[in-house]
Amino acid sequence: MLNRFLQRAPENFLSREQIQEVRAGRRGFLAGAFAAAAGTVAAGRAVAQGAATPADGEPEILNLPPHSKGLGQPVAARGYGLPSEFEKNLQRRESPGLTRVSQASVSFCPLQGLFGIITPSGLHFERHHQGWWDIDPSKHRLMLNGCDEAMLKRPMVFNMDELMRLPSVSRMHFIECGANTGMEWGNAAVPTVQYTHGMLSCSEFTGVPLRTLLELCGADLKRAKFILAEGADGSGMTRTIPMSLVMSGEVLVAYGQNGEMLRPENGYPLRLIVPGVQGVSWVKYLRRIEVGDMPYGAKDETIHYVDLQPSGLHRQYTSIQEVKSVVTSPSGGQVLLQKGFHNITGLAWSGRGKIRRVDVSVDGGRNWTPARLEGPVLAKCLTRFNADFVWDGKPAIFQSRAVDETGQIQPSYNELRKVRASRSIYHNNAIQSWALEENGEVKNVQV
Amino acid sequence: MSRFKRVRCSLLVLACLGTMGTAFAQTQAAARQAALANIGRTATPAEVKAWDIDVRPDFKGLPKGQGSVRQGEVLWEAQCASCHGSFAESSEVFTPIAGGTTAQDVKSGRVDGLMPGANQPNRTTLMKVSTLSTLWDYINRAMPWTAPKTLTPDEVYAATAYILFLGNVLPEDFTLSDANIREVQDRLPNRKGMTTAHAMWPGKELGGTARPDVQGSNCMVNCKAEVVVKSFLPDYARNAHGNLAEQSRGVGESRGVDTTRPASAAAAQSGSAVAQAERAPAAIPVAAVVKTAASGAASVMPLLQKNTCVACHGMDNKLVGPSFKDIANKYKDRADAVNYLSGKIKAGGQGVWGAIPMPPQALSAAELAQISQWLAQGAAK
Repeated sequence: MLNRFLQRAPENFLSREQIQEVRAGRRGFLAGAFAAAAGTVAAGRAVAQGAATPADGEPEILNLPPHSKGLGQPVAARGYGLPSEFEKNLQRRESPGLTRVSQASVSFCPLQGLFGIITPSGLHFERHHQGWWDIDPSKHRLMLNGCDEAMLKRPMVFNMDELMRLPSVSRMHFIECGANTGMEWGNAAVPTVQYTHGMLSCSEFTGVPLRTLLELCGADLKRAKFILAEGADGSGMTRTIPMSLVMSGEVLVAYGQNGEMLRPENGYPLRLIVPGVQGVSWVKYLRRIEVGDMPYGAKDETIHYVDLQPSGLHRQYTSIQEVKSVVTSPSGGQVLLQKGFHNITGLAWSGRGKIRRVDVSVDGGRNWTPARLEGPVLAKCLTRFNADFVWDGKPAIFQSRAVDETGQIQPSYNELRKVRASRSIYHNNAIQSWALEENGEVKNVQV
Repeated sequence: MSRFKRVRCSLLVLACLGTMGTAFAQTQAAARQAALANIGRTATPAEVKAWDIDVRPDFKGLPKGQGSVRQGEVLWEAQCASCHGSFAESSEVFTPIAGGTTAQDVKSGRVDGLMPGANQPNRTTLMKVSTLSTLWDYINRAMPWTAPKTLTPDEVYAATAYILFLGNVLPEDFTLSDANIREVQDRLPNRKGMTTAHAMWPGKELGGTARPDVQGSNCMVNCKAEVVVKSFLPDYARNAHGNLAEQSRGVGESRGVDTTRPASAAAAQSGSAVAQAERAPAAIPVAAVVKTAASGAASVMPLLQKNTCVACHGMDNKLVGPSFKDIANKYKDRADAVNYLSGKIKAGGQGVWGAIPMPPQALSAAELAQISQWLAQGAAK
């Protein structure tokens, strides 16, 4: 981050092994490598211009590159694999000026460059209230107790070994911060989809239904109306969870994410999964579940995550992330390289169930065309959509509009503000507009 | 065996299998439940007491104790003011806690500053909080920010009392306790300011409404007469999020736009889009990569993080306190810089860099020396 604006010298196009070759005195190799590096830059320009290929053909084809004429790297050179050296631009990033201290901050997921519906765990958005920890799983415990002695027959403690022995399920769900797109309530405020919509990620989570644990404790399921979930970190995050959602079997006590354990930034070794509900309820470093008969009025249910309405009242316990979608490419901050065919692609999701339909507009919402939904289409999970676009070089405004299986239709900014004005901070699910200009640049706008 | 008999026999077998299947499943479920019951153990009363610290809106869970406004003021200056300001009004680090509430709000239970047209620029904690348990619980579990769960119950009462005094909810000579906290709840400015009449709670536990309040349109063709761009980012903010060229993939149908160059340069020419597009990616080599932090600070960074120095000091940028770079510059010519800085870190201070005090830091002599030396040598990254 510190040297973000530094560009690498051409030497860094070379791998360590290649540099060693150079140092070993094989100078002919060096000349070839520089030619290849220069070719890479030139290729970018050639693509942009749609320029003529040299009569003989491209040097990338005519001059065999080192990787075609040498020996590559051995297996397990990196015990835990990493993305390509050429993929370092896609990183989670803070939005400058949004917060003052980076332990109580958020980093946004680079949606502009992601494919499909699963978020690579290393790019999952982060929100920490008092910094993140890498907790020794052998020291972690989960306690379940009642708000009074009658609420649970038996308050219990589980260690990670025990939790991971219990019957498990794996489910794919999105997680979205309640404040995602919150900066845009009043006006266009940030340049790219990373900053407008990047408090959104989607993973396959593995864990135990919370219901299973409550049954083991002998919870009084008639009296129980609410669950309190509490984290083990300094912030000791607490949130109230509806019992109805727990009893549906959807709420999980999870340790797995995308085939491996949760990442520390995402709550290792244990977090709550509350499908369809805003991310703040997915308590990380989960240490305790209390079964109760009234809501808990936690800090993030009374001071934050309350939605100010035009009447001056705050809506409390707004939890569901309503139907929403966004075009992730072409999107703000990008430049289209050529006229002609382009694939419009994006994500749609609803905290109320499956996505039924997504429509796409390229004229700022005057006319709409149904997009193609890519499978799988799962409840409370991201759905990928695609649509064809042939660019004639004229300005365009891209929008997407999702409809979920309950019939809820994603609103325009006009429709949303008519009811909720613009002081809510949370739960902005309005249609996003990206303006494509004649020079190929795409910008965040509101219409 | 006749054909008829054979059929009847098969049916009988099927029926038997069916019954057996159900019974088997039941037995299996019971056996499974019995087996699962051996996983996990009963929590001891001492364990539940150690972790069950939440305080509900009806004050269930609230420990006995008391604290006065005056005690709260002393505590505040020592442990809270460095982030929240002396009067809990600061927005330097976190959103302000006090401010924006009036004696009339205390009477009515609704905050005038939130009403339509009030246009209060900030929403402070006291303008929003509707349950006093929330303040007590949160201070108790999460404060002070760098040393949470270290306050005694009496200190939490005192801090809560001081905040309420700053918000004109309590008089200066008040002592808040478990005995009178319910009466103070009835003075909270926004105690009647919450509603659960919405459809965004996934259950019926809170009443709420059946139908969502906002619905979009199904229109597919000629949905509006004209499209007007009402909001866009100003040109001066073009590079505010860093160079977007370095935040997009370097391969594919698009590139990130080079925001270090003015938009007007690109927009002025209205020629072919292809020629225009060539300008931007030309400055974006495929391998324009983010270079991660270099090694200079690597030796002290774990120390700076462990002691949460980085919560208030940025490498190059001012946060709550000055940046490490600014500190290094200020003292670069001072011969006793290492000693001086060690002393300042240990004792804390106020006034050299501004009004927000730095609290004393409990570091070992070796740690102090290491950090001070790094600063005195220029705070290399």
